[in-house]
Amino acid sequence: MFELLGIAPQVLLGQLLLGLINGSFYAVLSLGLAVIFGLLNIINFAHGALYMAGAFVGWMLLHYLGIGYWPALILAPLIVGAFGILLERTMLSRLYHLDHLYGLLLTFGLALIIQGLFRNYYGVSGLPYQIPDLLSGGQNLGFMFLPNYRAWVVVASVLVCFGTWFVIEKTRLGAYLRAATENPVLVGAFGINVPLLVMLTYGFGVALAGFAGVLAAPIYSVNPNMGADLIIVVFAVVVIGGMGSIMGAIVTGYMLGLIEGLTRVFYPEGSAVVIFVIMAIVLLIKPEGLFGRAA
Amino acid sequence: MAAQDTDTDPMVTSPIAPAAGMSTLHKIIFAVLLVFLIGLPFMVYPVFAMKVMCFALFAAAFNLLLGFGGLLSFGHAAYFGGASYVAAHAAKVWGLTPELAVLSGTAAAALLGLLIGSLSIRRQGIYFAMVTLAFAQMVYFFALQAPFTGGEDGIQSVPRGKLFGFISLENNIPLYFFVLAVTFGGILFLYRIVHSPFGQVLKAIRENEPRAISLGYNVNRYKLMVFVLSATFSGLAGAMKSQVFQLASLTDVHWMMSGEVVLMTLLGGMGMIFGPLVGGAMIVTMQNYLATFGAWVTVIQGVIFVLGVLLFREGVIGVISRWIKRPL
Repeated sequence: MFELLGIAPQVLLGQLLLGLINGSFYAVLSLGLAVIFGLLNIINFAHGALYMAGAFVGWMLLHYLGIGYWPALILAPLIVGAFGILLERTMLSRLYHLDHLYGLLLTFGLALIIQGLFRNYYGVSGLPYQIPDLLSGGQNLGFMFLPNYRAWVVVASVLVCFGTWFVIEKTRLGAYLRAATENPVLVGAFGINVPLLVMLTYGFGVALAGFAGVLAAPIYSVNPNMGADLIIVVFAVVVIGGMGSIMGAIVTGYMLGLIEGLTRVFYPEGSAVVIFVIMAIVLLIKPEGLFGRAA
Repeated sequence: MAAQDTDTDPMVTSPIAPAAGMSTLHKIIFAVLLVFLIGLPFMVYPVFAMKVMCFALFAAAFNLLLGFGGLLSFGHAAYFGGASYVAAHAAKVWGLTPELAVLSGTAAAALLGLLIGSLSIRRQGIYFAMVTLAFAQMVYFFALQAPFTGGEDGIQSVPRGKLFGFISLENNIPLYFFVLAVTFGGILFLYRIVHSPFGQVLKAIRENEPRAISLGYNVNRYKLMVFVLSATFSGLAGAMKSQVFQLASLTDVHWMMSGEVVLMTLLGGMGMIFGPLVGGAMIVTMQNYLATFGAWVTVIQGVIFVLGVLLFREGVIGVISRWIKRPL
């Protein structure tokens, strides 16, 4: 086997795969943030906590009700989404007429509550979640070993991202959504129930976070803190990509995951901060973000 | 949806007294506060009182940026904690006297504020909050990995040393009066900034940025200046805290700390001179008395956050200020 800059290709490809997995989570989470931001104009600080809640709901379904991975992949996002709708109806909807920063503060408070509650009941050591039988094991590709479950994570995230992009950009419902993003008052005047649209959008964005959580459960241990640090990185991803386009959020997510993976190969000490460094560079060169519209 | 409900949004309506000197009411409050603080260490545990004062200064510095500059930073732990590490390192490894250690910590925070501020002010509103948070996380990782920060342990048993080389601060009471002088002086200085012509320009920018630009003000320079000032005084608070507790730890740079200072300011009343002081005292006292509840403290803080945003946006001092119809 050839070597690249003194790095074995197995190591390089392994880290790239790991980067792609991280990128899958960045993409799904920043997509959810972008969808919510588009219509509600708030940044959902609770996104990381709800991602964690998704993983926990998956774990609870299995351990308390004996419901396995595949149904959980549908049920957990629905439960988290329903919870999100409850939050939107009871709290967030009261803040739409105020400065958008209050939405950030409110969701930050919600994140503290959700994380604190799970920490109180389940501790911080993390709970294991088995890889479903269908996806255990892996493929030997000759040049590297590819665990089936990790391949599935990438495929599933791409499918969900593409599906969301398709619905928003190519369907009638998506057209309503985009129109309401541009001018909610006018869309309401055309007889479309904008508050309902807003509610469902928040529910959907949050359900995406729950979905990512279930997807993550077998890879990372199910832990109350799993969302807290991730969400800050996803914020940086969102700043880099800009929230102007759905595709932009998706592409930036995968791209930064890969860059992070590469950094882990060539300069491991920098892998925790590389995304923040890229953010600084983007702020210098193109402050509105790679795919963003000038504010 | 974009219409502003100005009655209940302190980000838009908080009053600022005219620039002409300190009002009599404020003079009286500051005087009473000073007398109270001089007597305080003989009534409560001095270390607790010092902690309250450090956080009051931290919140006041944060309020300069949020309440008067209209900029929500979600990464102020970087300056608080960064200064705390530098001051601890200066006192322990370089063997500097306390006042010099605090000064080096403060200077480091100012520099960090200049660096992060000049990048962050390139984005507005929600993006600004996310950018500052992300940079603060970078500082956190630095504190976790850098060779001189002690990783998970932090910098422990920092010597308290001798002030100006001859006043021993080993005892809590002399240290208390050092902390009182610095934090009270810092808060008075912040008060002066708010009521200076510079503060008036800040107000103008917060209320109507395009208009301030058209009047010929270099808005970005003002924003950067207030950012650096806020970071500097946050650093002063953090540096003092490391001297009081003889410890600089990851808690000081964690995003939770950034959230706490937002909570203090929100609870006390943003854009109010005395708001963050009251908010800081309330949160620190609460943490002190709820410490036995362990992890529930986070949940309770979250609940206060949510209730504060939903029902109590003016904060304690904001409500009182409205009752007595005077800016506080």
